[in-house]
Amino acid sequence: MTDPLFWHRLQFGFTATFHYIFPQLTMGLAALIVVFKALALRTGGEGWTLAARFWTRVFGISFAVGVVTGIPMEFQFGTNWAVFSSRTGGVIGQTLAMEGLFAFFLESSFLALLVFGERRLGPRRHFLAALALFFGSWLSGYFIIATDAFMQHPVGHSSAADGSLQIASLLEYVFNPWALVQYLHNQMGALVTGAFAVAAVGAFWTLRGEHAAAARASLRVGVVAGFIGSALVAFPSGHMQGRMVADHQPIALAAMEGRFESGTHAPLSFIGQPDVANRRLDNPIRLPGILSEIAYGDFSANVRGLEEFPESDWPTNIELLYYSFHVMAGLGTLFIALMALALGMLWLGRLERTRVLLWALALAFPFPFIANTAGWLTAELGRQPWLVYGILRTSEGGSPTVHGGATLFTTLGFAGLYFVLGILFLALVSAEVRRGPAAAQGGH
Amino acid sequence: MEALWFAIASVMVALYVVLDGFDFGAGILHLFVAREDRERRQVLSAIGPYWDGNEVWLLAAGGVLFLAFPKVLASGLSGFYLAIFLLLWVLLLRGIGIEFRSHVADRMWRGFWDATFALASLLAPVLLGAALGNLVRGVPLDEEGWFGLSLFDSFSPFGALGILDWYTVLAGVFALVAITHHGALFLVWKTDGPVQARSRTAAARLFPLVVGLWIAASAATLSVAPLLLEGLRARPLAWISSALFLAGLATSFLARRAGRDLAAFLGSCAFLLGLLAATAAALYPTMIRAVPDAARSLTALNSAASPEALEKGLYWWPIGFVLALGYAALLFRLHRGKAQAAPEGEGY
Repeated sequence: MTDPLFWHRLQFGFTATFHYIFPQLTMGLAALIVVFKALALRTGGEGWTLAARFWTRVFGISFAVGVVTGIPMEFQFGTNWAVFSSRTGGVIGQTLAMEGLFAFFLESSFLALLVFGERRLGPRRHFLAALALFFGSWLSGYFIIATDAFMQHPVGHSSAADGSLQIASLLEYVFNPWALVQYLHNQMGALVTGAFAVAAVGAFWTLRGEHAAAARASLRVGVVAGFIGSALVAFPSGHMQGRMVADHQPIALAAMEGRFESGTHAPLSFIGQPDVANRRLDNPIRLPGILSEIAYGDFSANVRGLEEFPESDWPTNIELLYYSFHVMAGLGTLFIALMALALGMLWLGRLERTRVLLWALALAFPFPFIANTAGWLTAELGRQPWLVYGILRTSEGGSPTVHGGATLFTTLGFAGLYFVLGILFLALVSAEVRRGPAAAQGGH
Repeated sequence: MEALWFAIASVMVALYVVLDGFDFGAGILHLFVAREDRERRQVLSAIGPYWDGNEVWLLAAGGVLFLAFPKVLASGLSGFYLAIFLLLWVLLLRGIGIEFRSHVADRMWRGFWDATFALASLLAPVLLGAALGNLVRGVPLDEEGWFGLSLFDSFSPFGALGILDWYTVLAGVFALVAITHHGALFLVWKTDGPVQARSRTAAARLFPLVVGLWIAASAATLSVAPLLLEGLRARPLAWISSALFLAGLATSFLARRAGRDLAAFLGSCAFLLGLLAATAAALYPTMIRAVPDAARSLTALNSAASPEALEKGLYWWPIGFVLALGYAALLFRLHRGKAQAAPEGEGY
């Protein structure tokens, strides 16, 4: 426990995980608010307007928490990962600086106009403010994904004599193929989070017989977007992501599946517990050939197991990596099933009377948060033991002058602050949901 | 190229101080100049549209350091470890204070967040001022360019160094007073009625303190970092900046007395900008000054990213910078005139 690296990793993992609860919701909601407002402008329907107002209010609360928890992330690169920052800044500094200039200024300038400016701007210009927030938040996501993609699959750089990495081709770096796939996958994941939240509140109001117009609007948009998002997360984006991991990080793929031995017709395990010390997967339930298909598009392809790689290159937390991947993939499959069912009932005009399904929708909203978190854990644990894949090891990247005691101190500080922040967020959003869309007009 | 990026980073830090500075100042003062809920919301609606965008200048400045001087960012942030986290937590509480307070119409809820907002706004400039003080005083860099300072040690800039000593605390207190004065002038410009009148009184009372502390901090700087004076003397840019801050200081006083509120606020902006520009010009090319061995200093020349990285950054940086200024101009235009408390539920 005196190893500062452990605390650096724990802190960054914790603050990043907590932070990302909010951007995934706001990126999803931003897209749906644009949809609500576009429908309101086109049809003039009261439900769309009310839903847009209500979700904008929820968006405002979530966005504020996303901003204040995001700022530390930017600085933690320097505070906790000083060697990593100084050696890679010549590359990733580009996208991190772009995010500030192109995305954060756009978002922060139009946030107050979106949340409080409906009367001042009028419907059309207010729609533009919503569009600005959507564009800004999704752009911000891209710069972060491009930065992460460099850590996963470094391209567009050169190595300098002092061991630092420097940008060689800006286009190659920014349009890293890994980034394009991961972005699609991640953004669809965010859309799922937003859509499930919108559908859940719509279902909740419908079950209680409250706020009929806004409930109906939320339910419809939530279910349609939820289905589209869940489907696209799996195919093509999840599938492409799997191929990419198989091509560039075969060790991570083996660890994700708890696969210690190589072989053809590799199965996909639904469940099972990896026993790393004895190099086996306990109690597996398997589907033969599926992993070979996911990885190489061929049911009989050979998929290498961990045994083929030196242990020093194995991911450092194979157990958690394995569970993260399975939780993500399992939940993703359930999302498609739930939303397909809900969409079918919506099509038939029976969704609002099918109380069991409404209950399921109302209770399902936490699970996309879990699935998205598990997905990021899969990506980042799979990247270990590297900070920049194949180039810079995690063990070399920490701050040389920061000791474990200092990092534990700040980690505890974050734990306390974020605990309180989480409670406040839940309390405020629950209050908004109970109050409903009417209050969002500013009744006084 | 390194000089250009040094200038870019300095400009962005200075814009951050001027812009977020008025938010901090308004935050510190609002407990005193705005006494009832409606007045508090008037202050919040004066800064509400801007504060988040203003804070982004800090992030954007950090981004520029990351891009152009990664070693400076890494060494500085890890070396000032605890102070940086204090600043991050303070900024977090400040943002939450502004954003959450008006969501619940309850006296205790709002009172709590108002106090949080004020306290956080007070601590942020102290920490930022002390950080600047550290850069001027110098830090004990090792041969690899790293350092680690505890929050405080001997409290003397000549003894065992800590982040806080009498000199850096003095710099922090000067920053606090200058920023509070700046915020008061902003509120004089953007509000009316009792809030404006009280802000005017506050600015009048703070002005002598600003001047006094500025003299004290300058004198202390001469004894702690005599080299800075040589830099000031040698660089024409430093003279121009010094003229700017002196003219700004005078304008902030004279224009306030003449009731020209916008001019007084702009004078304060010029004061802060000029002061930071003069410091940057005098320090160039040093970014993190090493003591006692000045040869270990991290400079714009020995800590820059590769020439390719600096060049590629210039392809897009100007576009982003113009856009950012454009958004700010648009916001000031949309919200021109005096800020009024928004109806319940329709604003901060």
